[in-house]
Amino acid sequence: MGGVNDAIIEIRGLVKTFGTTRALDGLDLTVTPGEVHGFLGPNGAGKSTTIRVLLGMLRKDAGDVRLLGGDPWADAARLHRRLAYVPGDVNLWPNLTGGQVIDLLGRLRGGLDEDRRRELIERFELDPTKKGRSYSKGNRQKVALVAALATDVELLVLDEPTSGLDPIMESVFQEYVERFRADGGSVLLSSHILAEVERLCDRVSIIRAGRCVESGTLAELRHLTRTSVVAELARPVTGLAELPGVHGVDVEGSRVSFEVDTPRLDAAIGLLHGVGIRSLTATPPTLEELFLRHYGDDIATEEEAEVS
Amino acid sequence: MTGATIFLRAFLRRDRWHYLWWAVGATLLYYSQAVSVKGLYTTQAQFDKAARSMEGNTAFIAMAGPARALNTIGGQVVWQATAFGAIVAGLMSMFLVGRHTRAEEESGRDELLRASAVSRHASLTATLVDALLANLVLGVLVAASLVAFPLDATDSIAVGAGLTLCGWFFTGTALVAAQLTSSTRSMYGVAGSVIAVAYGLRAIGDVGNPVLSWLSPIGWYQGMHAFSGLRWWPALLLLSFATAATGTAYVLFGRRDFGSGLWAARPGPARAEPALSSAFGFAWRLQRGSVLGWTGGVALMGLAYGSIGNDVGTLIGDSKTSRDVFVQGAGGLVDGFYAVAIATVALIAAGFTVSSALRPKGEEDDGRVEALLATGLSRRRWLLAQVATTVVGTVVVLAGGGLGLGLGYAMVTGDGGRIAPFLLGSLGYVAPALVLAGLARLLYGVVPRWAVLAWVGVGLGVVMVFFGPVLHLPGWVQGLSPYHHLALVPAEPFRWTPFLVLLAIAAGFSLTGLAAFARRDVH
Ligand SMILES: Nc1ncnc2c1ncn2[C@@H]1O[C@H](COP(=O)(O)OP(=O)(O)OP(=O)(O)O)[C@@H](O)[C@H]1O
Ligand SMILES: [Mg+2]
Repeated sequence: MGGVNDAIIEIRGLVKTFGTTRALDGLDLTVTPGEVHGFLGPNGAGKSTTIRVLLGMLRKDAGDVRLLGGDPWADAARLHRRLAYVPGDVNLWPNLTGGQVIDLLGRLRGGLDEDRRRELIERFELDPTKKGRSYSKGNRQKVALVAALATDVELLVLDEPTSGLDPIMESVFQEYVERFRADGGSVLLSSHILAEVERLCDRVSIIRAGRCVESGTLAELRHLTRTSVVAELARPVTGLAELPGVHGVDVEGSRVSFEVDTPRLDAAIGLLHGVGIRSLTATPPTLEELFLRHYGDDIATEEEAEVS
Repeated sequence: MTGATIFLRAFLRRDRWHYLWWAVGATLLYYSQAVSVKGLYTTQAQFDKAARSMEGNTAFIAMAGPARALNTIGGQVVWQATAFGAIVAGLMSMFLVGRHTRAEEESGRDELLRASAVSRHASLTATLVDALLANLVLGVLVAASLVAFPLDATDSIAVGAGLTLCGWFFTGTALVAAQLTSSTRSMYGVAGSVIAVAYGLRAIGDVGNPVLSWLSPIGWYQGMHAFSGLRWWPALLLLSFATAATGTAYVLFGRRDFGSGLWAARPGPARAEPALSSAFGFAWRLQRGSVLGWTGGVALMGLAYGSIGNDVGTLIGDSKTSRDVFVQGAGGLVDGFYAVAIATVALIAAGFTVSSALRPKGEEDDGRVEALLATGLSRRRWLLAQVATTVVGTVVVLAGGGLGLGLGYAMVTGDGGRIAPFLLGSLGYVAPALVLAGLARLLYGVVPRWAVLAWVGVGLGVVMVFFGPVLHLPGWVQGLSPYHHLALVPAEPFRWTPFLVLLAIAAGFSLTGLAAFARRDVH
């Protein structure tokens, strides 16, 4: 499983420019069958652009893009029958009702599961008889979500699909995505909602300025970051700051606090152990810290400084 | 009224172009009548004769208003312009009110502003003042243009004041409609119906029972009898009803929730009928309303032209210029006149064709294409379905215009023999219309933001038909307009060659556009 050839989405070195803006600059992304893949990055990083290339809306400038084993530009309509797409900004037709749009999109994808359609409308508390303009943002998104989740497809492409949903609807959404995965489907999920990512995603890719900067399971990503440690020691410790991977050491008498690259945690704790530990708290990075580290500009420059 | 002035300043800035175009349009409507009537008749005797012929034409009276003092320029201006002027003021008021009330609430911007420290009525008051000012500008410009013509000052001012008051009346009813309905579309539906009913009541009243005209604000405006024994009291009716409607709007505003109307939104069908899910069925559904609306409008216009019957000579007078413009082609006076009438109706129908051809661009700009094209629907099929709708719609609208002309003529003269030639003449214009549609498609495929330039083609057609003969432009310049090449039916026999060549050009443009669209980025 997960070999290059049977990947659901396989992107290598994708470049897309708009005039002078280089929106995608050698992007890589792989989504394997049966996984929910989180697609993260700051505003303007190129997530929506990547998805539009994947859907054959935009023409790539360079790179390789495979979707469900085909070419998303040349075989667009054929491939689209096997996937469902939900944009973050759903625009409906003013004189069509939500129910009509659900049927329209579902049938153009090759057919709806009637029972699931009914169930989803009920669970999402959607009124299908309202006309396009009278829906709120959240309700417009529900229309697109019901249309997507009620079709039998192999892949869901979701671009910030829950940015307008309230927390209860958000959990209904998560439940259905989990069910979709349990049935063997794959998902590409772009999102800024970290709790959603943490609950749903098997793997995540973080992109910045049109490139993939990190990709892996959440555990792997955590591993790449630092754990903060605060300890009360029997005696003052020496040599801690000299250990590789230890940063920001702050000693106040017998109390010491520092951060350590997670793979180096063992060596650092070993040193403390030699001195005698009275109390110890080790905090793994929160998801927020994890992402802020990849999103924020200052951290990028700090990293560059460390490298040189 | 905390905040009302802030809103008002923002509205005025946003609306300044609207003000300008509506005001220029309305002023031209009145002023051009004065100019054209003056140029049409060389002697008063001729003017008297034409006036008598018009007074006897029921269809004209239903369309324009009561026939009074038609042998004077002022009387003609009031007759020809006031009913339509009132409609212009009504539409302007409706759109201004709609923009700042329902449309704002739908967009959610209004909520943002209301949440800041402004009084509850601030945006409503600013909308009201904005619309009142716009109508005032309209009235002042119209009055000033007529005074400058020169026509009698008091009567000219009455014409302008009545127009402003009509606009105020329709501002009031539009404000009420904005409180009742819960979407911009339905608000325009209600406010537009009020204008249509006002026009309809006076139309029936003027040819039948005069009481009905007194139920219509347009009837009150025309009841002021400007240039034919001016009286001011009907203006008071307009003013008091405008005030009452505005007051009602304020009361209703206090009784409704933000974002909703007093009338609950009417639910629609929960399921899509099977036809909606085919590419063509869907494209047709999007444009159905516009096809029907344009067909109705163009057919009515055809009826109006047709109901001139054989009175062509007296109506257009005998000046050389007007004969050159209104009678073209090789045949006699009547056929030449109807050849131009058909071309005129066809040019208006081109408005449908171009707006329909630009529909895909609107859909793309509004972000509704991506979700559709992310399904099994291919780009080509989506766009082809839109093209097919434009073609079918163009045929329907032009058929409506031709039939209207033929039926109007048959009603007045009792001669049904011209229905078929008028219809065929009108359908001939399918070809140049589709050239413009093809141009829009080509631009849409290649450089979408230039697609609106297809409107230039309509403008060119208008200039060539109406000014070509007067300006004596060289043949190649006139030939730039696709409307120039067809035979002028019924004054000339129909010619297939230009018709087919134009269709081939349209197809070439359209296919190139389609191919380009299939290769470009979709946003
Ligand atoms: N049609 C376009 N024309 C010009 N520039 C564009 C266009 N579409 C996107 N861009 C630019 O490409 C970059 C990537 O945009 P994109 O919408 O893919 O970001 P995103 O990661 O989806 O951001 P967000 O989280 O805000 O949705 C941005 O700098 C944007 O300004
Ligand atoms: Mg985005």
